[in-house]
Amino acid sequence: MAVSTPARPREQGTRGFRAPVGDTVREKFTQVVLLLGTLVAIAVLAILLIDIALDGVGGLSLDFLTNYTSRFPERTGIREGITGTLSLMVLVALMTFPLGVGAALYLEEFAPRNRWTRLLETNINNLAGVPSIVYGLLGLSVFVFFLGFGRSLITGALTLTALVLPVVIVASREALRAVPREIRDGGLALGATPLQVAARQTLPAAIPSIMTGMILSLSRAIGETAPILVAGAAFSRRADNEPWNLTEGYTAIPIQIFDFVKRPQQEFQVEVASAAIIVLMVLLLIMNSAAIVIRNRYSRNR
Amino acid sequence: MNRRTLKSAALPMALALCLALASCGGDEDPASNGNGEPGAGEETLSGAIEIDGSSTVGPLTDAINEEYSAIQPDVTVTLGISGTGGGFERFCETGDTDISNASRPIEDDEAALCEENGIEYTEIRVGTDALTMVVNPATDYVTCLTTEELITLWGPDGAASTWGEVNPDFPSDPVEIFAPGTDSGTYDFFNETILEPSEIESPRQDYNASEDDNVISQGIQGTPGAWGFFGFAYFQESAEGALTAVEYDAGEGCVGPSVESAQDGSYGLTRPLFIYVKNEALSRPEVADYATFYVENVGAVIESVGYIAATEDEISEASTALDEAIGG
Amino acid sequence: MSSTSTTDVVGSAPSGDPVGRSLTTPRPRYGERVVLGLLWLCAGVSVVTTIGIILVVFVEAFALFGIPGVSVVEFFTDTAWRPFTGPESEQFRLGVLPLLNSTLLITAIALGIAVPLGLATAIYLSEFARPRVRRTVKPFLELLAGVPTVVLGYFALTFMTPVLRSVFGADVVPIFNAASAGIVVGILIVPTIASISEDAMSAVPRALREGAYGLGAARQQVALKIVFPAALSGIVAAIILGFGRAVGETLIVSLAAGNLPPPDVPTADPFQQVQTMTAYIVQAVGGESSRGSVTYQSIFAVGALLFVLTFLVNLIALRIVRRFREEY
Repeated sequence: MAVSTPARPREQGTRGFRAPVGDTVREKFTQVVLLLGTLVAIAVLAILLIDIALDGVGGLSLDFLTNYTSRFPERTGIREGITGTLSLMVLVALMTFPLGVGAALYLEEFAPRNRWTRLLETNINNLAGVPSIVYGLLGLSVFVFFLGFGRSLITGALTLTALVLPVVIVASREALRAVPREIRDGGLALGATPLQVAARQTLPAAIPSIMTGMILSLSRAIGETAPILVAGAAFSRRADNEPWNLTEGYTAIPIQIFDFVKRPQQEFQVEVASAAIIVLMVLLLIMNSAAIVIRNRYSRNR
Repeated sequence: MNRRTLKSAALPMALALCLALASCGGDEDPASNGNGEPGAGEETLSGAIEIDGSSTVGPLTDAINEEYSAIQPDVTVTLGISGTGGGFERFCETGDTDISNASRPIEDDEAALCEENGIEYTEIRVGTDALTMVVNPATDYVTCLTTEELITLWGPDGAASTWGEVNPDFPSDPVEIFAPGTDSGTYDFFNETILEPSEIESPRQDYNASEDDNVISQGIQGTPGAWGFFGFAYFQESAEGALTAVEYDAGEGCVGPSVESAQDGSYGLTRPLFIYVKNEALSRPEVADYATFYVENVGAVIESVGYIAATEDEISEASTALDEAIGG
Repeated sequence: MSSTSTTDVVGSAPSGDPVGRSLTTPRPRYGERVVLGLLWLCAGVSVVTTIGIILVVFVEAFALFGIPGVSVVEFFTDTAWRPFTGPESEQFRLGVLPLLNSTLLITAIALGIAVPLGLATAIYLSEFARPRVRRTVKPFLELLAGVPTVVLGYFALTFMTPVLRSVFGADVVPIFNAASAGIVVGILIVPTIASISEDAMSAVPRALREGAYGLGAARQQVALKIVFPAALSGIVAAIILGFGRAVGETLIVSLAAGNLPPPDVPTADPFQQVQTMTAYIVQAVGGESSRGSVTYQSIFAVGALLFVLTFLVNLIALRIVRRFREEY
């Protein structure tokens, strides 16, 4: 395993001396200001989540997870949304990870510094900022019509992959860039090829941050409504999706949430929608936890 | 949901519930349940049906799907809501849907497109929506509006800013409008009915527009002096007294939206709801079975969705047309 | 980052290789070439995606200007956006400025909220917080990035708007306004900016910090004068990602900011109804327009403009970043 140079002084403790008082005051002040800034956004979103939790927890039950959607709030479920979202998630992760990390690795470690590379880089950085709905239009024109995949699971997965891939590449590149040069130089000095260095030293050192980028991206992909709405997600479909049945129609939890909040019945707008949101957030929580475990396991020395 | 609907829906609902819960663990044989659904096939059918179209008719079709999937779980019905126009495009041009939902009759150019691509279809009237105008309860003097008053209120030249301008008998409270956005079928329908006969092309552009009828509802509820319109279901589901429905006077007296006035045609703002079934698709047993099920059960289901049932005549007409198309 | 050939290094190693390979002739590593080729392909996928987007969007966009009655000049200079009627109608106006103005207004508000809060969070977590705090807060932030935007849209409408109305007065702030949507979009992108900036700051080598502490610097001096500038390239990248997300945000603005473009352009008034480019796209796509019509093509024209906008901003930002990037 690589000897990674820790960049964070916090764990080891760096301040074993008394600082001048004026500095301490300014420091505390800055700390408080920053803390407040941190708390504001967190507080707002926490309030929102608590509100949702309170509204939705009553609607949660095994039936809610295993029933298909009904027009009666008491017996509705989001089974088709869950299977759809899970299938999409698996497909997107499978496609994004190799493509994203591969591209980042190429750009950071192997690409010659010429005009083409710079063009490629500019491309990717730009794509990361393109609005998600434009990807929906892309998905509709290219995957649904031009390539003839129709309004199917693979279209949705490809559209979402196209959407998050640039972000994953950007974040992975940042992660790779953050690996100290000494690691690469050390590997090369010991006689490894650039690819060996990249695969066995640089990449593992960057994996924790790469995982961060992947989590953020997958989280975003799962919560996206607009692109898959445009690119052919169905409004309702009472059947289960599996990741290997690529040609079937699908729906997803965000689409169902969108449906619920637009229904005229109060129960759907509040309780059922909140319950569905809780399910989505729990899914995210599970994903995030898995990635955190990975991150912590690899970043022991940080 | 009123008691009458509840009772008539109770038996099939109970059966559907049992079936839904029982079939959660895996595929069960639906034919083993001696259900009382008229018209449903005894055999287990399987296959996929593709439906798209109006977002107004969507919930109605979805309710039918809910009932149908309880009886025939191996038939997967995929439903989209691309809009009436978008639905017809898929139906007539690319031909990838079996059934198209529509909140208006098919237009000439759409029909021509279908013909060009050799797609024959059967039009089936499945219900009615009563577009409802509402005001904030504090604006209680607005109980009925004539077409002329609506033109003053909603049209571009009038663009009334106070209610006094709409009708001199009204106080001069400021007008606030919440209505669907410019690209929705509801908006189109309202303008066609109210403005087009007077050759006014489009209404005022300074109102609070939203694609979401719940948002419109809440906007009106929270703003005295507010007026707006949306489908009947949203008025029905609003809390008692939160909104006041406004009657419409098309020239023959004030009529309010209700099941009766929509069915007998006295209410001027009624919208027909259709499904268009591709004749070729009817040769597949699951599609024929589904379509038959639809026509036979839509009356029982429609009120729980918030629309108004088509009259018995309309249903039997639809039934006959469908039988012919299946047989032919 | 140089990819120097290692053949020289291998060739000049003095000690014997236990496996018995010759040390002076490097063995061609074909497997490596394959892998490198694969990696290159991965990067190439991004090129394909860009080409795809450009083709699709611009081809359809240019088709718009081929329709008689639509002029390019008017598209970019006219100050009203009324695309739903068609060039024959006198109400028809196709100037994109109102949409562009709306998008920029919302984005400006959002960044005004998100950049200070996001950076504050990042600096706090990176330089001041105890490791345990960092370990719990960071995942929480990442979780928040997954809140569905439709939820945030309703939050903006049902919480933020009433708050703004009570603070600034209900006559100043209409129910649909840019401020609520902008603030909530800002909150939405705080996790993005915070998380990626924090990663960038964490990556600054320990040596730099220790040097500063060794010289007697206080924590805020180290944070603001050493770490922050060192991580600038990553921070700018984070802000650009945030900008892109704000520009592309669809559901929040379409629910809370309304669906009609502002009448007087240019405007910086946050307390009015606006319609962003994305809100227009989603409205038009879900609406009743048919393919080939002006409305349909205008969707792609607006999409193309969105693409160009983000592209330009990214280019400018890259220039800035390259100038300030520091390598360690």
